Amino acid sequence: MNSLSQFLSLSDANVRYVVIGCVLLGISSGLMGVYTLLRKRALIGDAIAHAVLPGICIAFMLSGVRNTWVLFAGAVVTGSLAVYLVDLITSRSRLKPDAATALVLSVFFGAGILLLTIIQSSGNAAQSGLDKFLFGKAAAMLPEDLWLFGVVLCLVVTVLLSGYKEFKLLAFDKGYAQSQGIPVKALEMVLSTLTVLTVATGIQAVGVVLMSSLLIAPAAASRYWTHRLSGMLVLSAIMATLGAYIGAFISYTKPGMPTGPWIVVVLSCITLASMLLAPNQGVLARYLQRRKHRNKILQENILKAFFHLGEKKNNQALAFEMEVLRQQRDMPVARLKSGLRQLVRHGSLLDTNEGYQLTRSGLEAATRVVRLHRLWELYLSRHLNIAPDHVHEDAEGIEHLITPELERELELLLDSPGIDPHDSQIPYTQKDRNR
Amino acid sequence: MDAFWIILTGSLVALNGALLGSFLLLRRMSLVGDAISHAVLPGIVVAYLFTASLTSPFLLVGAALTGLATTWIIETLNQKARLQHDAAIGLTFTLLFAIGVILVATFAGQIDLDMDCVLYGEIAYVPLDTITLASGLDMGPKQVWTLGSVFVGLIILLVTGYRGLSLTTFDAGYAAALGFNTSFWHYALMGAVSLSTVAAFESVGAILVVAFLVGPAATAFLLTRSLKWMLLIASAVGIASAISGYYLALWLDGSISGAMALMTGVIFAVAFVWQMVAKRQ
Repeated sequence: MNSLSQFLSLSDANVRYVVIGCVLLGISSGLMGVYTLLRKRALIGDAIAHAVLPGICIAFMLSGVRNTWVLFAGAVVTGSLAVYLVDLITSRSRLKPDAATALVLSVFFGAGILLLTIIQSSGNAAQSGLDKFLFGKAAAMLPEDLWLFGVVLCLVVTVLLSGYKEFKLLAFDKGYAQSQGIPVKALEMVLSTLTVLTVATGIQAVGVVLMSSLLIAPAAASRYWTHRLSGMLVLSAIMATLGAYIGAFISYTKPGMPTGPWIVVVLSCITLASMLLAPNQGVLARYLQRRKHRNKILQENILKAFFHLGEKKNNQALAFEMEVLRQQRDMPVARLKSGLRQLVRHGSLLDTNEGYQLTRSGLEAATRVVRLHRLWELYLSRHLNIAPDHVHEDAEGIEHLITPELERELELLLDSPGIDPHDSQIPYTQKDRNR
Repeated sequence: MDAFWIILTGSLVALNGALLGSFLLLRRMSLVGDAISHAVLPGIVVAYLFTASLTSPFLLVGAALTGLATTWIIETLNQKARLQHDAAIGLTFTLLFAIGVILVATFAGQIDLDMDCVLYGEIAYVPLDTITLASGLDMGPKQVWTLGSVFVGLIILLVTGYRGLSLTTFDAGYAAALGFNTSFWHYALMGAVSLSTVAAFESVGAILVVAFLVGPAATAFLLTRSLKWMLLIASAVGIASAISGYYLALWLDGSISGAMALMTGVIFAVAFVWQMVAKRQ
């Protein structure tokens, strides 16, 4: 626990630099990631991260010093060039964006490796640390690095806030933005430049390969929680901060553990958890929703079978065994059992010695489903001129979906009919008639 | 002699990449190839922990399985969790690569795996690691044999499965209607990509693998609309990049893998400008 309190208080200067640096980078990339994700260009960050390497090498060769700001300038130049080339190749040839991205990425990186080895073989004393760009060097952050990260973050926040509405339109509907007279080309260039700036700083923490995770993971995670751009931006920034903080802590407690990969693992776990657990959008929530709907259909189909059996015998108070029900409506025994159990639990059926029997609320529900089915059949044959022997299948599906409002509309349209196209009674209970 | 072995190694990687890359490009999966080449790292590390050798066939199998798992995860995230495709790719390969780096750091004492080597390889060392028979006969570099067998396997796959591969690439619905198993060919292709990536990674590194998977195929795609010609042109471009890259590196005294990757880009640039000029006339 001692190490935890030491870490949380940021009393150690080294820890302070690493944590502050990673958090600053995390927020910038969390924000920019939302825009690259929404514009379906999530992997452009990967291309930029690889393309930064030759720029750094050239800047170093020209200046001969390992100064953060000089190398950064070189990185931004080739990073922007890569974005421009991906756009050029996509617009001027048959190649698709993904192929163009992969091509630019590997060729620029190859050039970078070539330059790096040339620098190394030339034996320049100040070269040491240049290859740390490949895997990041979070543990070796300096105060001047933090200043750079801070400046980039301020720039990102200022620009995104001042053009919030325009960027929003661009992210969600480029065509509409264009029609509204918004300078789409210029704004895209601003976004690209900000992305390049973010990536060029970000690879110092996590390295070339893992940089795309910093852009993608928090943004993708936030997408599962909200549809609003403002919400996504805030959530993405918070998640990136959390990931950077926890990742830095893990690598702090275990000496020799790399910071960047741990940040990526933590961020990915946050994203996977969001994917599973988020309300509405999450995998689990959608699964439960689907199951609920399936069970509703199952219950209504069983109730309908009861109604049809009772209708034949002219007595809805009779009890029926499972076998009789299966003869009326064939379904797997396990499904039928589970459906009957659900209906008993909801108070729609009674489990008696002679079998299952509709309760009063059960009869009302059963009557309603059959009524909706027959109303819809009548509507199809009377208003859409569909032959009576073709309407049943359609009604089987729609009967589970019709709302009370729609039901009233149908009754009005059909003028409160009594008989469906197959000459069956359209049933109402006493309660329905009182309504 | 060294020059010959190095160029031969590079050319074999280029041929494997050009042939597989053409199909990847047509299936719009170039970036999946990129993802696989990074994501096999944890598979390599785990297999290496068990076999303690970088040339064991188990290593190839382990890494190829990781490659298949990568494509499966990407598809699952895309379809079951409704994550957009590019984000699914980015999320998957960064997570697997990060796990690989952490594994290397954890078992640093037991593993002699140079991380830089994984990314940009050291093709210059290829001629040093040779196979010598009991009779003392020098059979040439080990890497050439590994890559050569992968290439032969690939040719067999292409010859026997050309119809299946090309039909499922161009019109999956039609292929399925004819009775071709689309997901079988999908995973066969992905397995081949993983296998050739792993076979190449020690000598040339992940980055040159990606360059050879994309560059030659993209160049050929600009120049022809026939699949057979595309495969041939891509192979020729790949070999040309390997040869010219070797001499560029020699001249500049730099990384051979890097120079070969750069040359795929240079050749692509020439083809790109040529097709732009041709279109204008």
